[in-house]
Amino acid sequence: MAKLELQNLTKAYSRDIVPVKQLNLVVEDNEFLTLVGPSGCGKSTILRLIAGLDQPTEGRVMIGDRDVSRLPPGDRNIAMVFQSYALYPHMTVRENVASGLKLRHLPVGDIQKRVQEVSGVLGLDPLLDRKPAKLSGGQRQRVALARALVRNPDVFLLDEPLSNLDALLREQVRADLKQIFADQKSPIVYVTHDQTEAMTLSTKVAVLNNGYLQQLGHPHDIYKTPANRFVASFIGSPQMNLITLSRTGNTVALGDFSIPLPIGIQAASVVLGIRPEHLRLPREGDMHTVSGQVFLVENLGMHDLVSLRVQGDPTLTLRALLPADAAWSKENLQLALPPESIHWFDDETEQRLG
Amino acid sequence: MTTVPQTAASPQTPDRGIPWGRVLLWLAIAFTVIFSLAPVLWQVLTSFKTNAAITQAPVVYLPGFDQLTLTHYVDLFRLNQFHVYMLNSALVAIVSTVLCLALGSPAAYALARLRIPGEQAILAIVLVVTLFPYILLFLGLLELVRAFGLANNYLALIVPYTAINLPLTILVMRSFFQQLPKDLEDSARVDGYNTVQMLWRIVLPMTLPALVTTGILAFIFAWNEYLFALTFMTRESMKTIPVAAAQLGGTTLFEVPYGPLAAATVVGTLPLVLLVLFFQRRIVQGLTSGSVKG
Repeated sequence: MAKLELQNLTKAYSRDIVPVKQLNLVVEDNEFLTLVGPSGCGKSTILRLIAGLDQPTEGRVMIGDRDVSRLPPGDRNIAMVFQSYALYPHMTVRENVASGLKLRHLPVGDIQKRVQEVSGVLGLDPLLDRKPAKLSGGQRQRVALARALVRNPDVFLLDEPLSNLDALLREQVRADLKQIFADQKSPIVYVTHDQTEAMTLSTKVAVLNNGYLQQLGHPHDIYKTPANRFVASFIGSPQMNLITLSRTGNTVALGDFSIPLPIGIQAASVVLGIRPEHLRLPREGDMHTVSGQVFLVENLGMHDLVSLRVQGDPTLTLRALLPADAAWSKENLQLALPPESIHWFDDETEQRLG
Repeated sequence: MTTVPQTAASPQTPDRGIPWGRVLLWLAIAFTVIFSLAPVLWQVLTSFKTNAAITQAPVVYLPGFDQLTLTHYVDLFRLNQFHVYMLNSALVAIVSTVLCLALGSPAAYALARLRIPGEQAILAIVLVVTLFPYILLFLGLLELVRAFGLANNYLALIVPYTAINLPLTILVMRSFFQQLPKDLEDSARVDGYNTVQMLWRIVLPMTLPALVTTGILAFIFAWNEYLFALTFMTRESMKTIPVAAAQLGGTTLFEVPYGPLAAATVVGTLPLVLLVLFFQRRIVQGLTSGSVKG
């Protein structure tokens, strides 16, 4: 098997439209890398560059030790699953799955065997002789997966493969995907705008914005220590509270409440970030608390998402995720800010502090 | 029964008088059908009537057995060699249609998929060509036919017919290619198809409905075209159906041969009707359904 390496990859359509800028990435065997970011961040373009469907303006795509930057897509030995599935409408499921192998002139017996294996894994046996028009969305999705798996490629590319499924099916297929690809050795690059998919499926997540790589790391690290303000706001649901505050000495004032800054922070203006799920009702011994008036309660089932205006400065709002069975007062809700859960960012550079 | 019992028998259909809306609808349908089919039916009827029945007054709408005949049809093939004209028409129409699709589709694909500098200008020119009154081309073409010595040569018809149908083919096929999902072609390329294989095995099968539709339009034009065929083909054995039909003469200068004319019209139209009926399923059938999300 082979690792995938992107060196200095840049794609420019014109001087102003540069969807991918100086990207360096390595995806090893057994790694599942997810490219995540808002629409227009360049993630799909990166996938197309790896596939060879677009040519990079600069930089190289390496698979193993081969430089494939100038090879046509068919010679790169990659498999790609498209968001729209892109099944050939005039071919049966069997022909769809086998088409890539037939083009490589494999012996008929081998092709049959591999199609049989994959269709067994994905439960496609009863569908093999149907045309795509006669399949449901979930079934088409599995055929598209089968077409990729059967190839035994050096790299798997998946372009938002779940976004055309309804919510219930998506959750189920997501779990299936995780199991199926756990058995695959080849590197996998997965594109999504859904952070839940990114968190659950991957061994490594690359957060992208405006064509730049914002942070690369294990999903847990990205959640725990976001590298900058963008990553902090993009990863995590409900969104992290991010409040711009100016410092006075070694503290910042959050309404009537003062919160000490960690030692060593020089920035004049900082952004305080805390996830709604880390704000909690105060316990004995909590150092920093804020209180305020609740103006909105959203019931999420297990939790209530509570929005409050901070006492002393009604323009500041905080959102907290509180257990549904907890008792609290709407007029004056007290919340604790555990210092270990507070993230600090420089207001100017937007980079993480401390 | 003087007292009407409650309408227990049909409680679902309350009496609302005559449903004028539906009556009007069916009247309109009947009128439209008669209006559009009457001339055709009239021709068919005339073609089967004896000469005496055709000229008889008052008009014979339902001819008796002794007023029916097949002579007009038999004469077309025995006296007038209509089989030759039909073959000529078929050859010219088929070749020009195939050429039209073979030249037009690749051009349309290129215009739809590639980023060609001046694409808009090319499209504008293609469109302008369709606007050009075709009678204006006629004299120029005549000179060309003479210069190349193409008179009484099938090429004299095949080339202009192809050229006249090309713009329409390109425009229709281009918009068809544009709505084909690009993912399919990308997917084919990742699977390892090269460009030719991809066009032949993936794009072409999906394009069939559009090819058939535009092909039929081109074929009908070529089959029915009269002016070029009349001018460029003077030898009897090279004539096409419309010309031959128009040149059917009576036994005297003053006799209009209604029967043979009607028969010739039917013979000339029948292949088109069969063609359209045969391919209709293809046209209607959406071949692309189910390839991408649905």
